[in-house]
Amino acid sequence: MSVKMASDKARYKSFLKTRQPGRPWFRNAIRAFLAGGSVCLVGQGVQETFVHFFHFSEKTAGNPTVAILIFVSSLLTGLGVYDRFGQWAGAGSSVPVTGFANSITSAALEHKTEGYVAGVGANMFRVAGPVIVFGVVAAFFVGLARYLFVSG
Amino acid sequence: MTGVWLFVTAFVVGGLICVVGQLLMDLTKLTPAHVMTLLVVAGAVLDGLGLYDPLIRFAGAGATVPITSFGNALVDGAIADTRQYGLLGLITGIFEVTSAGISAAILFGFLAALAFRARG
Repeated sequence: MSVKMASDKARYKSFLKTRQPGRPWFRNAIRAFLAGGSVCLVGQGVQETFVHFFHFSEKTAGNPTVAILIFVSSLLTGLGVYDRFGQWAGAGSSVPVTGFANSITSAALEHKTEGYVAGVGANMFRVAGPVIVFGVVAAFFVGLARYLFVSG
Repeated sequence: MTGVWLFVTAFVVGGLICVVGQLLMDLTKLTPAHVMTLLVVAGAVLDGLGLYDPLIRFAGAGATVPITSFGNALVDGAIADTRQYGLLGLITGIFEVTSAGISAAILFGFLAALAFRARG
């Protein structure tokens, strides 16, 4: 009897598996792809606008494009829209540079009640800080290696 | 790469970099902060190996918008200044290219804190 029950359990489990929707990591990856790709698509559009209408080169258009994306992201974060987008998009919203701006703006907003110096100023880089710290340290050593071994 | 094709590669490459980030969050025990840090360091290392600039030529904003490009831009600035100042250029040049991004993020983040309240 107990043996039969155990096999029933196993059969039920395998039956359940065939009925369950795709595992969340796969769904999350699809969402991250669509959302992240779309943000980059918008970035490409902004960049082409700078190239074709404001006579930037593809190279020099990069910086103003990033500034525009960051402005839009900060605005959408202030309006509460970016975080809702982030709940759907996951890494698709946090990996683009807009996610970097979102982390800074939302940390600033979150700590506004503690004052502009001790709250906003002190907490702005709570999430974005590690990215800058490790980015700079890594860039230093990569640059050093290039300088020593490839000579510029 | 130019024209419509660049929009396709921007979407696909940018999307794939985000998928890498998402998979690292879902399938490993790394926190989102660790994943972001890892991606930035990866961008810096790829640039050191001379692989990131070709990716930018291929995918445009698909390579410049994800956070990996932050690492790439830090290295680009540092290397560019070593031509002028030697070893010291590593220090003077690191934020040369990324200045726009960081300045904009601080400024607009602060202005948003002035204008809005936290929600939820």
